[in-house]
Amino acid sequence: MLGGDGKRLKGFDVKVENVSRAFGDFKALDDVSIEIKRGEFFSLLGPSGCGKTTLLRIIAGFDNPDSGSVLLDGKNILHLPPEKRPVNTVFQSYALFPHLSTYENIAFPLRLKKIGEKELDAKVQEYLHLVQLEGHETKKPSMLSGGQRQRVAIARALINEPNVLLLDEPLSALDAKLRQNLLVELDHLHDQIGVTFIYVTHDQSEALSVSDRIAVMNHGKVLQIGEPFEIYENPATDFVARFIGETNLFPAVVRKCVPLHDYFLTTLYIEELESEILVTDYDNLPVGQHVSFTVRPEKMKITTDKPTHVSKDINLFRGIIEEPIYSGFQSKYYVLLDNGTIMKVIQQHANYMDEGPEIEWKEQVYVSWSAEDGYIVEVVDS
Amino acid sequence: MSKKRPKLKPTTLVELPKETVGVYRPPRQQVFRDHRRFGFSNIVLVLVILFLFMPLFVVITYSFNASKGMRWTGFSLQWYYKLFFESRQLWRAFLNSFIIAITSSVVATILGSLAAIGIKWYRFKSRSYIQVISFLPMVLPEVIIGISMLIFFSAVKIPLGMFSIFVAHTTFNLPFVLLLVSARLDEFDFSIIEAARDLGATERQSLTKVVIPSIAPALLSSMLMAITMSLEDFVITFFVAGPGSTTLPLYVYSMIRYGVSPVVNALSLVLVLGIMVIALTFRRFLKTIAASS
Ligand SMILES: Nc1ncnc2c1ncn2[C@@H]1O[C@H](COP(=O)(O)OP(=O)(O)OP(=O)(O)O)[C@@H](O)[C@H]1O
Ligand SMILES: [Mg+2]
Repeated sequence: MLGGDGKRLKGFDVKVENVSRAFGDFKALDDVSIEIKRGEFFSLLGPSGCGKTTLLRIIAGFDNPDSGSVLLDGKNILHLPPEKRPVNTVFQSYALFPHLSTYENIAFPLRLKKIGEKELDAKVQEYLHLVQLEGHETKKPSMLSGGQRQRVAIARALINEPNVLLLDEPLSALDAKLRQNLLVELDHLHDQIGVTFIYVTHDQSEALSVSDRIAVMNHGKVLQIGEPFEIYENPATDFVARFIGETNLFPAVVRKCVPLHDYFLTTLYIEELESEILVTDYDNLPVGQHVSFTVRPEKMKITTDKPTHVSKDINLFRGIIEEPIYSGFQSKYYVLLDNGTIMKVIQQHANYMDEGPEIEWKEQVYVSWSAEDGYIVEVVDS
Repeated sequence: MSKKRPKLKPTTLVELPKETVGVYRPPRQQVFRDHRRFGFSNIVLVLVILFLFMPLFVVITYSFNASKGMRWTGFSLQWYYKLFFESRQLWRAFLNSFIIAITSSVVATILGSLAAIGIKWYRFKSRSYIQVISFLPMVLPEVIIGISMLIFFSAVKIPLGMFSIFVAHTTFNLPFVLLLVSARLDEFDFSIIEAARDLGATERQSLTKVVIPSIAPALLSSMLMAITMSLEDFVITFFVAGPGSTTLPLYVYSMIRYGVSPVVNALSLVLVLGIMVIALTFRRFLKTIAASS
């Protein structure tokens, strides 16, 4: 665990305004605008090739946008070369200098500044301590483990005391277990030093677990910016709903919209399900409007017996288990509904099971969810 | 309806017999024993070593001979005395060789590594042609290179001498440097250049503090190779040497034309020892920097 008595540094806010970058005809970034608050742990999340690295390289100064601007602490930095920006990067491949020891790798930025030997040593020791690499000073990068290399890369990027730290998938080369541990360490480190973190990842669970806010990107566009729970519970588009976690998503048409307390009880017709379902929404949608409807698998219930007391706002479907996937703490079922559509349902195993999961392959089941647990995603214009 | 998982009884723990508890017994190691001590491969090994080093041993032995011929007449250091105190011309030739080896290897290393960097990092039209053509001198017979150099020098009116030898040696060393440095660049991680810039280095600093040091092992080993190849070259030098530019191999050749002088034997031992000292020191040095890449 990253511990010690590291000092708090100053985080800057970062403003990306209408940035576009094309490679030939291909738009890697298309009018991207993001505001990152000072000291925030901000994640850029998106599938491979969506332009995350391109955006990071523009902020770091390795690439220039075709249009738009990047403001750091209110000042445009686009005209500055990388070495003049108060930003440092942890590279995906770590990019450690192979000919230098751990100590010299971390000391590299200070040596360039021609800092006195005593002050330099004190500082390097401080950062070695921060990332818990004491005792590895003399090792060359080739002799370090993946996790240790990553820490050298972080210490080296932090020793300049940048106001913004950019991290380009720093954990992607590590195995799952180590990744989890280092992610927690990274989070601690962030809390400790107070620098703005911009963290690039294509792993949604990574982003959800540590970020203050997340920007979800696809095809060079920012689709949604929000806190992790907002992005998970209220996805702005079909893509976000599908990319973050698992979900059941259907195109639907509004049939009826009835005000109820402070929201609207909406009736949707879903062609794939050949039936109407109920869902609550804050908008009064016009009848005939095309929308997308989504319901997360873990919010649904699955039973072998038909529920006897069904309240009016419960959606209920019958089907058979097409494929049960048992994974210890939960089971995921692909349920083939009577109308031929497959629904994903996740059941948590909260109790001790003596006899294994009680729902089995090809068994007939009932799938249900309440109107409040569904969500209308993107209002698709027809 | 469906089969249930059988209910598992809790497993009872078996108590281990007392004496095995806590005693670690290493697994019995299998020892491979060679029954035929002098197997075929050993014989071949000995023969090859003999074949390779016998001439050297003979030369070294006779360098301590008291008389000239092949008859052993007693131990003496007279040839060493002659070598060190009465062979001014030989040392002159040695100096020539040394100067040419150092200058041509340094220039070949600089040009070759710049060429390798250019070919690897920049895309241009004739890239692949240059790559192929630059390896030609490596496969061409030395005689042909020597003759063509000679023709070239006389065509452009460069007088034959130290300079022409230097040019020739630089030329035939270039492809080797190019090859070695390219191989190193193949595994070069470009992001370390960006990392250097990111951490505050200017473009110049990232070249001198990061790129060059991290390919230093390749630069050093290609320079060492260039030095040895230049020192030992006879054929090409033979064609392009002029008056007053005799190198050591040329001089030794001229000495033994009239029968082997035992001074050459003495020189052999001195050279072998000198090269061994250099090679061992550099091997140490190379090993430490090789560990870094
Ligand atoms: N120098 C370049 N020349 C041409 N195309 C490029 C260049 N750099 C990036 N691209 C393209 O821009 C797109 C976005 O690249 P980018 O590296 O930003 O993706 P990414 O989101 O970081 O993906 P990953 O998660 O795989 O790292 C890709 O389709 C890529 O092919
Ligand atoms: Mg990337």
